[in-house]
Parts: sequence; C-alpha cells; structure tokens
Amino acid sequence: MNNKNTSASQGIDWFVVWLYAILVAIGILCIFMVEYKPGTDWMQTFVSGKTNYSKQLIFTGLCIVVAIFILLADSKLFTAFANLLYAFGILLMFATFFIGKSINGSKSWIPLGGGFNLQPAELCKIFTALALAKFFSRQETDFSKLKSQIIGVSIALAPAVLSHFQHEDGLALAYLSFFLVLYREGLPPQILIIGTTFGVLVVATLILEPNTLAIILTAIAVVTIYFLRKQIKRKKNILLIILSVWVLAVGIQRFAVPYIFNNVFECYQSTRIYSMVGKDYDCSMNRHKSKGNEKPARKPDDYNVRQSKIAIGSGELFGKGFLKGTQTRGKYVPEQHTDFIFTSLAEAFGLFGCICFLSIYLILLNRIIRIAERQRSTFSRVYGYSVASIIFFHITVNVCMTIGLFPIIGIPLPLISYGGSSLLTFSILIFILIRLDADRQMVLR
Amino acid sequence: MSVFNQSRSRVIQIIFAAVFIVIVAQLINLQAFSPKYRLAAENNAIYRKVIYPDRGIIFDRKKRSLLENTIMFDLVVTPSESKGTDTLTLCNLLNIDTADYKKRMREIIFKNTSVRPSVFEPLLTPELYAKLNENMYKFPGFILSERSARTYPYNTAGNVLGYIAEVDTSFLRRHSDEHYEMGDYAGMTGLERVYEKVLMGQRGIKRLIRDNKSRLQGSYQNGLFDTAQIAGKNLYLSLDVELQQMGEKLMTNKVGSIVAIDPRTGGILCMISAPTYNPNYLTGNQRRKHFAELLLDPRKPFNNRAMGNMYSPGSTFKTVSGIIGLTEGVINEHTTVTCNGAFQGCGTGKPKCLDKGTFNFKEAIAHSDNTYFSTVYKRILDQPRYGGADSALKVFNKYAYTFGLGHKLGVDLPTEQKGNLPVSSYYRKLFGPKWYSCNIISNAIGQGEVQTTLIQLANVMAIIANKGWYYTPHIVDSIEGGDEYKMLESFKIKHYTDTNIPDSIYDAVQDGMQAVVDYGTAAASSIPGIVMCGKTGTVENYAKVNGKMVQQKDHSFFGAFAPRDNPRIAIAVICENAGQGAWAAAPIASLLVEKYLRDSIKGKERQDKLEEFTKKNLIPYLMRLEMNKRDSLRQIKEAQLLMQQRMSKEAGDTLENEDGTDQEIIKPVAPKPAKDAVPKTKNTAAAILVNDEKKHKKISRTL
Repeated sequence: MNNKNTSASQGIDWFVVWLYAILVAIGILCIFMVEYKPGTDWMQTFVSGKTNYSKQLIFTGLCIVVAIFILLADSKLFTAFANLLYAFGILLMFATFFIGKSINGSKSWIPLGGGFNLQPAELCKIFTALALAKFFSRQETDFSKLKSQIIGVSIALAPAVLSHFQHEDGLALAYLSFFLVLYREGLPPQILIIGTTFGVLVVATLILEPNTLAIILTAIAVVTIYFLRKQIKRKKNILLIILSVWVLAVGIQRFAVPYIFNNVFECYQSTRIYSMVGKDYDCSMNRHKSKGNEKPARKPDDYNVRQSKIAIGSGELFGKGFLKGTQTRGKYVPEQHTDFIFTSLAEAFGLFGCICFLSIYLILLNRIIRIAERQRSTFSRVYGYSVASIIFFHITVNVCMTIGLFPIIGIPLPLISYGGSSLLTFSILIFILIRLDADRQMVLR
Repeated sequence: MSVFNQSRSRVIQIIFAAVFIVIVAQLINLQAFSPKYRLAAENNAIYRKVIYPDRGIIFDRKKRSLLENTIMFDLVVTPSESKGTDTLTLCNLLNIDTADYKKRMREIIFKNTSVRPSVFEPLLTPELYAKLNENMYKFPGFILSERSARTYPYNTAGNVLGYIAEVDTSFLRRHSDEHYEMGDYAGMTGLERVYEKVLMGQRGIKRLIRDNKSRLQGSYQNGLFDTAQIAGKNLYLSLDVELQQMGEKLMTNKVGSIVAIDPRTGGILCMISAPTYNPNYLTGNQRRKHFAELLLDPRKPFNNRAMGNMYSPGSTFKTVSGIIGLTEGVINEHTTVTCNGAFQGCGTGKPKCLDKGTFNFKEAIAHSDNTYFSTVYKRILDQPRYGGADSALKVFNKYAYTFGLGHKLGVDLPTEQKGNLPVSSYYRKLFGPKWYSCNIISNAIGQGEVQTTLIQLANVMAIIANKGWYYTPHIVDSIEGGDEYKMLESFKIKHYTDTNIPDSIYDAVQDGMQAVVDYGTAAASSIPGIVMCGKTGTVENYAKVNGKMVQQKDHSFFGAFAPRDNPRIAIAVICENAGQGAWAAAPIASLLVEKYLRDSIKGKERQDKLEEFTKKNLIPYLMRLEMNKRDSLRQIKEAQLLMQQRMSKEAGDTLENEDGTDQEIIKPVAPKPAKDAVPKTKNTAAAILVNDEKKHKKISRTL
C-alpha cells in the first residue's frame, strides 16, 4: 500500500514479461511460416492486415494495450470483481444458448458485430481462475471439508459442463486443469489417482481385447490377494475392497467404456480416439449417429495426425530451416496456423528447436509456480497456480495431439496459435498474475 | 501461509517435468528415429517433374526426314478457375453441345479434381487451334498447352518406323528398371521400339514443391537437385524414301512384301509390307479410332510381312540348292537332266515341270526346271560318302545356314522370324528312322518344310550378288553422335558363306539368273539397259477354310539383284496369291530396281507397266471375303443405329413410310456375292491405306 505512489513498473516480474514476448514473437513467426508464399513482399503483407500473421500482429498490439491497462490497474480490483465476473461469465455462457452463433459446429460464440465473435468459454477461464482464487482466499473456507471441496470443484467445472453442451469439448477439457490447483490446495490425492487409473483403464480397454484385459485384471487381483493373504487373514475387509475394485475395474472395461464411447461421446470423437490407437470405430453403434446429418463412417479419421506426424518427423534433428518446410509450404497439415502450429515449428527447426521451444514453456511454467509460491495472499497463489495449470494443460494436450499421443481436440497452443481470443485470454491471465505479483507484499482478500 | 502444502508444489512441478519428458521422448522417436516420416514428407510434397526431351528424328539415306516432331496443342482446363467462360462459344468451336461440355467437366473434376489442369480436348487440329487461340480471352481457366507429337512428312514406312504410344501397365512391368512412368510415351513397334534408348534421349527431372491439392508451388531448393534433359539422337537410315514410296504404291491392293538390300553394305533400301498404313493416322486426335480400325482389318496391316511371316521360298530356293549341288560336286555346270513333264526319280511323278526338255544348269535356272533341282537334291541326299540321309541333310543345312537361312539374321527391327530349315530328327519323327530323299524331295524346289522370311530371301540374293558374303541386313546406317549403345556393331561384321564355294559356282548361278530375266521365266520383266539377275518363284499354298486345308492361288515370288557387275541392289518380292512369280512379283521388282538404279522409270512402256501394277487388285479371295464380312457387319451396325434414330424421330409416322425405310436399310445387310465387293473394297482400301494424298482426313466410307 505504501508503494502505491511509486512507478507502476515497480515489482513487475520482467522475466515473465520477456518470456511472454519471446513466445508471442515465435508465434507470429510460426504463423508467417505457414502462410508465407515465395515471391510476395513480406514486409508489405506484414502491415497489410490481410494475412493471418499480420492480424496476429494487430492482436498482439491489442494485447499490449490491455496488458498496460491491467498493469496500471489496482490489484484489489481483481479480488473485488472476481465473483461478479464469474457470474457474468456463466451468464454469458447461458446466453450463448439463446443468442449464440454456430461456428464449425459448436454453438459457443456470441456475435459482437464487425465480424468479431466472442467465445465466453474462453474468457470464463480467467473468471474461473479469479473466482476459485477468491473462494480459497475466504477466511471461512476450509478445504479439508467435503463441502468446500464440492464447492471448489463446482466452481471449476460449471463452465466445463456448459461448454460440453455447446459442443466445445476442447474448452470443456481445459477446465479439468483446475484439478491441479485443487490438488495443490488440499484436494485428496486419491481423486487424482483414481482419475489416472480410470484413464489407464480406458486406454487399456481400447488397446487390448476385452477378454485379455479381463484376464489381466483378474490376474492382478489374484496376485494382490496372494501377497496380502496374511493381512487378509487379520482383516477380512481388505479382501472385500480388492474384490470390489476388481469388479469395478472389469465392469468399467466391459460396460462403462463402451457405454461412454457409444452414448456419451459423439461419433467423430469416438472415431478420433479409436484412430489414435490405430483402430476403427464403428459409428453405427453410436447413439448420436441417427441424430445429425453426419456422413457415413469413413476410414479411420487420422489424416490430420498422419500429416502432422509426417511434418514433425520430417524435421529430423535440426529441421529443414526457416521457411523451408515442404509440408508447411504445401499446406498438408490442416489447421496449421491454429491448432497444429507446433508442426510448422517442428518441421523447420527439428528436434533441437522443439526442445528449445518447449524449454521456454517449461521455464515459464516454473517461473509462474515460483511466483505463486512466493505470494503472501492465498488469492494470488491460487490464481498463480490456475494460470500455470491452464497453460500447462493447453500445452500438453495441444502438443500431444500433434505428435499422436492424444486424440485430436481443438485446443490452441498458448501464445503461439493464431487467434485473437486465445491470445487475449492468455495475455490477460499472465498479466493479471504479474500485476498481483507486483503487489505481493499486500494481503489480498 | 506460504508454506501451506508446499510439498505438493514439488509434485506439480514433477508432473510438469514428467509430461515434458514424455513429449520430448515422443519427439525423439518421431524426429530422430523415424526416417519414414522424411520419406513420407518427400513423397507428399516433392513432385518430381519429368522433362521430356525431344525424340530423335529419323532420316533416310539422302537425309530426308521420314518422321519429325511437331508441336500439337491440347486444350487444357483448370475447372476451378473456369468460371465466367463463354461456354456457348467454346462449344460451338469444338462442335459439342453444352450438355457434353458439362459432362466432360464433371468427368475431369471426378478424375483429376477441380484445381489441377486436365486435358479438355487433346491434339487440336491446326484450324481449331487457330480459332481457339483467337478466342482464348473468353475462356478463363482454359489454356492451350503444347506437346510434342510425331509427324511423317512422306506418309510412308509405317511398318518400319513403328509408332509411339502411351505406356500401359504391362509395358511398365516389363520395363520396370527403365524408369518409365504412367503417361510416358515409348516406342511400341518398329524402329521406335528397337532404338527407343537412342531416340528417347535422357529425361530431365525437376523437383517441385506441391501442396496438399497437388498444385505446384515452385522449385525445391531452387533447383539444386534438378537434372537437365538431353535430346534424343537422330537416326540415319539406309532406307530410300522414294523407293519405299514407290514400293508401297506398287503394292496397293496387294498382299505381300518387298525388301531391297544394298548388297555392299547390307543396308535395307526399302521394306514394304502390304497392306501398310499411313503412319500419320496413328498421331493426332483420331488415333484411337484409326488404331482400332487397323487392328481389326483382316489384312493385318500391322503385321510386318517382310520378316514376321514365313513363306515357302519356292523356286527362288533353287539357287541355293543349285549352289550346294555344284559345290558338293553332285553336278557341274554342264550336267544335263531331261524332264518329260515330271520328276520321275521318286516314281511319284512329282514335282511336275512346266517346260519339257533337257536342261543344263543355266537353262534349268532360267526355266525353273523342277526336275533338275529335284535330281540335284536327291543326289546330295543319296550321296553314299555322307553315310545316310541324316548326315547328308546335315551337310546341306550347314551350307544353307551360312546363307542366312534357318536362323534370325538379326535385323534391327522387332518380330523377326527365323524361318525353317528342317532337320533329320524332324523327319525321323515324321517318317520313321528309315526316311530317305524322296520323302522330302519337295524341299528341293522350296516347297515342303523349308521356310524363309522375305528378308532372308533378299539376303540370299545379296549373297549371290556378292559371290559369297553379306552384312546382316539393317535399316539404321548411323546414329547421330556415335553408336553409344553398341547397337550397330553387329552390322559391321562381314559374314562369309562356306569358303569351299568358288566364285565360278556363283558365276554359274548368276549366268542362270541372268538368263531368267533375259529370256527365261521373267523375260517380260527385263529392264532395257540394265543387266539384272533374278529368279522367279511360284509357291503352292493352302489355307484353312472351314477346318479343311484348301489350296489357294499360288504366291508370286521374285528374287533379284542388279546390275550383275558391281551389284547395287538385291531385292525380293512376294505377292500373296497372285499366281506365278513372273506375273506379279517380277515386274514389281524390276520397276523398283530401275527406280533405284536410274532414279526414275524410263520409257512409256515401263511407265505403263508401273501404272498397270499400281492399279492391279490382287487381294486374296479369302481376305476379300473377310473384309466383306466386316463391312457388312459394320453396315448392320450402322443400319441399326440409323433405324433407331429414325424410329425415334418418326415414331408417329405411317406404315408405308416405315416399310420404306426398312427396305432401304435391310438391303445392304443381305449377303452379296464376292465380286460385288471388289470395287467397294478398293474404295475402303484406298481410303484407309497408304498412297492416298489425304492426310489427317476423315475416312470416307461409301455405303
């Protein structure tokens, strides 16, 4: 509070700002690589505002303006408006059901006029992060209690549920990243463990034959019982637990997973997940099949992944060089300027470049966690973790998707992918954190 | 506060690090250990454009080009850019309707997407090209793209030159190591095929980057890996265009073949296989139609009869049996044999002879006395010093081999047959181990099992002219820039017949052959002022008709060389089913010899002869029947088509009207006597086959 009169730049973590600037610059160059056509005057196209890289430059300018505003703002503002903004965000998401506009099959956009569209789910990430921080910073919140846990999870997942109903599952998935924050703040680790186990079980179900998997699960149960036979003699409950876990596991692989794929996921989602493990998915089993006017099931829908892997793999150790990527120039990878932007970088700069690039991200994430940990106020810390988790989750899902470790889902690469909303969201997220960090001596409520 | 749950901060950092390690591991897997992705990327994005060099040109002995390259134009369209095209004008120019236009567009888009250029109308005629070129501004998305095509300024030597065609899958399989690709053109027959390597040149490769829709985006690495194309080499032939043209003219409406060789070099002066075709019919946009037509022609115009057909050589073979007889001493020049109408040596009264009397060697050749040469042949086979017919035949064949008979000569054209010199094992099978000379006496006069190709016969004439040596007959004299592939080496080797044969024996044979032309069987074909040596042949032949072998009209043969001193041309002619050698083959040969030696036909009498033989129609009877059948089939088809059209047009017409059309249509279907067909055949032949001045014109068919 005493520092209020001094320069606005005081306390700002310039290291994060620099990392931010480097990443945004890399992003623009990547988009430039994708769009570049030999023989055109690139200086001119950069300022023309017609190409995507030029637009991204404009968005960057906009982000700088917004960032300056955030840095000039009072950090109390964010705590004060956190809940209100969250409520506003949820309201906007509800509004999309009525005034929303469909783009690429997801009804999650609100037209703003002038050709611009707003995706509330994107903005809601910021609001959710703030609201979650606000919730934890309340004096009365005791996260060891179940009630608080439920409230915390609800705050994090409410926008996700809404997003799912807008057919924006990529964005919905992003909200799962808040579990990392919840974990940091005291969520029992069992939830993460159970969640991971469930994930492993689903993947195993996809890869292995149902019967083989059942036999393996049974074998694991039998071996466990054998090793724990002395404890079981003393406590009969353990046997019961093991048996029920076994029944649950077999039940999941036998019934739950097929149910999820046939009834919860859309046909195309199931197909993508199956194609990731190299299998065909029979869409005729899907409940959603008859609903829409979808095309009949085609061969495994792995063109994107295949081309993406080809582009990345052909980069080899040191890449083909800036603007020399044949796959990038040939536009083989679909959506290369947005979701598959990583491929252009990997093709041009190879393994070496990828590792350098990912290191920048890793340094940024570590820095954000360091920042979060040095906060005196819970609000700032929780918020810091939210930022780190969101960014981490985006990077993981996006990069894993391009290298074939994750099914294809529309999630941008933070600060790199083309797109105003995404760039703006991440900028706001980061700069609010920088602002909060600058005031870390204060205890915010 | 800040220490709260700090251990979990570590856990989160570990999770971050772990995930990054997984990602990096997969990146290492993809980028460092999976070379397949680099290959896949190259297959994807690098388009290896083959740059075709110009094919070599073929010149005749006087450096006149028998075939050349011209530029033809294709109308090429990129459908996605063709919006705003003046469809109506285009359709009018191309003479199609808009429905057809739309159909073609649909097909193009279906086959080759709408963003890539595809051929809309191939090989435009010059007039159409000119018209389109004026109007191109009205047709956005359309361009006129050039391509190289063959053209034949002399409309001649189709069988010799061969044709090029797009390679098909079986060709690619057979030539898998020669880097052909779908869409390439390659020589399929004739010289184009044999000298493909030379004519083709070396293709260049340009590496271009293409995008996901196969649109080209520019050169790869600024052409660092590109290779330049090298033009095909020209061929210089020993062929004489004028002689070839005259030969083809003379063989109009005849079935047969002519081969003329320069005995001094073995260079082929002309090679005619009749009926032949105008090679220009196999270029241009009507190629497919013409090709089918020629392929189905019962006269088999694609068959090179000069080397692909084997004939019994008939009496022309007597020169060979005579030489062998003289060399082996079973006769000498003064030996006389009397013929009373038939050869009695075997008691069968066969073969018969035409001229009765007593002949010495010279006269026997001059009058083609069957008895004389049957006697010679029998004497050779019955010579006790050989120890039996088996070894006697072996001796005979050993001589015959050195005359280039019974094996492929190695002419530089495809489809050469080796002929047949029967061996004793064959006769053992046929007649048992105790076969003897009388079993095979008809070989003496070139009937029986002895078979030769016409080019072998011409070569025998060259050997006699040279008195005992020959160069392998060949068409290509030299290759521009040297014989890189050693294709002409074998034509520089001088082959000798048995050295036991003294020149005096050749002199005796030449005496006889001169007598043939001077006053013998071919006296009518003598050329005033040129000493020509020749030998006629009249060959009995059979054809299968309804499963039975039926004797056909004799084949007419003539082999000759001229002039006797310093011979410059050796020639062999066959005219199938044209009767005696002197009736058709001999006059044709004499006209060609005169043409070659004198450059023109001198004197009105000879000119008339040229005219007469050009006009003669000697298409064999069976073939005429075939052609007839085909023509009437075609008529039926056309009549049906016509009927359909009329039916649909005049569906509501009166009964009489329909009756009228029916009669009119059915009439040509009714079988006609063969005689009626002759003039019609002539018309068709004149239209399709060579020697008409029309070039690229539609075939006019008279119905």
